[in-house]
Amino acid sequence: MIIKGKVKRIYKPDGSDNDINTDYIISGRYKFKIEDPKELGKHIFEDLNPNFVEKISPGDILVAGKNFGCGSSREQAPLAIKSAGIMAIIAQSFARIFYRNAFNLALPLIECETKNIQEDDFLEIDLEKGIVKNLTKRGNHLNKEIKIKPLPKMMLELLKTGGLVEYFKKYKGFNF
Amino acid sequence: MCKTIAEKIISKHSGKEVSAGETAITKIDFAFGQDGTSGLIIDTFNKIGAKRVSHPKNCALVIDHSAPSPIAAISQIHEKMRSFAKEQGISIYDIGCGVCHQVLPEGGHFGAGDLVIGADSHTCTYGALNLCACGMGSSDIACAFISGKTWFKVPESMKIILKGKLHQGVYAKDIILFIIKDLTAEGANYLSVEFSGETINHLSIDGRFTICNLSVEMGAKFGIMPFDGKTEKWLKGRVKKKLHPVLADKDAKYIDIREYDVSKLEPQIAKPHTVDNVSPISEVENIPIQEAFLGTCTNGRLEDLEIAGKILSGKKIHPEVKFIVAPASREVLLHALKKGIIEVFLRAGAVVVNPGCGPCVGTHQGIPTDGWNVISTANRNFKGRMGNPKANIYLASPATVAASAISGKITDPRRYLKS
Repeated sequence: MIIKGKVKRIYKPDGSDNDINTDYIISGRYKFKIEDPKELGKHIFEDLNPNFVEKISPGDILVAGKNFGCGSSREQAPLAIKSAGIMAIIAQSFARIFYRNAFNLALPLIECETKNIQEDDFLEIDLEKGIVKNLTKRGNHLNKEIKIKPLPKMMLELLKTGGLVEYFKKYKGFNF
Repeated sequence: MCKTIAEKIISKHSGKEVSAGETAITKIDFAFGQDGTSGLIIDTFNKIGAKRVSHPKNCALVIDHSAPSPIAAISQIHEKMRSFAKEQGISIYDIGCGVCHQVLPEGGHFGAGDLVIGADSHTCTYGALNLCACGMGSSDIACAFISGKTWFKVPESMKIILKGKLHQGVYAKDIILFIIKDLTAEGANYLSVEFSGETINHLSIDGRFTICNLSVEMGAKFGIMPFDGKTEKWLKGRVKKKLHPVLADKDAKYIDIREYDVSKLEPQIAKPHTVDNVSPISEVENIPIQEAFLGTCTNGRLEDLEIAGKILSGKKIHPEVKFIVAPASREVLLHALKKGIIEVFLRAGAVVVNPGCGPCVGTHQGIPTDGWNVISTANRNFKGRMGNPKANIYLASPATVAASAISGKITDPRRYLKS
């Protein structure tokens, strides 16, 4: 599975990109009000940067630091990110519930070092080989490879089947 | 043997011996959703094409986050939950019953040794009853409703040993805030945290709920307390089935063991905007506050209300402070009424709202205005959490919140307990 896309980085007001929590991804005031995923997608990261959504083009890759998605169990968080057009998220680590929720929605999460990835870099992610390649011409970054933490078997299976709904329809239950 | 509590409970529920790192399909004893997550549970249930919930007695829906409904869109979600529960024959806890993490344990739906999942991140609260419980997303809960099962990667375990006796004015909330500061917001990511040590013997079940509740704020999958006479007494009369208390084996493997002496601990405060941004109260005293909130699945229980009531008795809250109290459940509210605590709050000038999540999640019942500082007994102080990204939230114990509500600024509760 190969994913190619342009990088959009997300930061908190203090400049840190660690601990981007689910309330920042989609505020509680929207998740209760809006059931339509497309509508939810229009409000991601609003409390961090009210104009963030305008920067996104379909197919972009979101990049952050440690513990991305900490906080609530709201599946609306990965759902809203996916609905906004983000194709994958790269972070140094993810919070547990968010990690599982994203794969259940067939949104790939990649764990690797992110400090050398810059805004608008163009990346190629090879999930099977476990490599992120930077295709941007900038200094010595061209074709620089970053090794990613291998995906658990169940998560790859969820991506291949198209998420937990499709998985459950296909296997009529859990199958491993 | 050499098994942790998590390894034992997951092994038992999967019908095979599993260890940390392995994956297992398990049956589950209980699954639920609340009004912020149940709309998606029901949608996923329908998308899969399921017709029936497989074990209706082991499932529930709780209307607590925005209850009673503040807007028409939420009313629709509530009605969708009521229809689904009726159709499927599962329990529904409607508006006014209280917070899921109080009403479900009170309802006796699970006990020691059980495996519980819920579409709410603070589901780990129930570990206080010596069981494994964790939050999951709506899709996972929908699949649990359909099959009575879920899957787990068996977590590694961390042991936290608590030593010493707490000073007056220092509580379970202060212990766990201090630990979160030490371990950070991701310090226990993916881990099962087993609490042990003599301090726990002195903690009530309410206090143990507070500690387990906040375990997820350092990333933990489970937060588990040992089983003792207090656990047995609390569960007696509530849980009808046989209890299966679980102890870790003496040679169980832990990836980390931490020891904390709580005897010198002072009250702690989590400052805006992360739960691990914690300071001892002496470093933050005198910051003016405009709103105070006592309640939630962290600290809205009877003991919490009693502690706050003791400080507020015969006193008035500061004229500039808006003080909101949301008891965690109807049972808690009734007990507090009987003990005269609610009268203390009302005479002090507090606004007592119905049992539920209150203003914690930012949809109603006390959204702060721009620039306000809020002191709250809740579990999250993220920017925008209470509905306004321009407000600042400080987290503290019920005693600190009550003392601060009186003085209008962040105040060490020991100043009020001495007199």
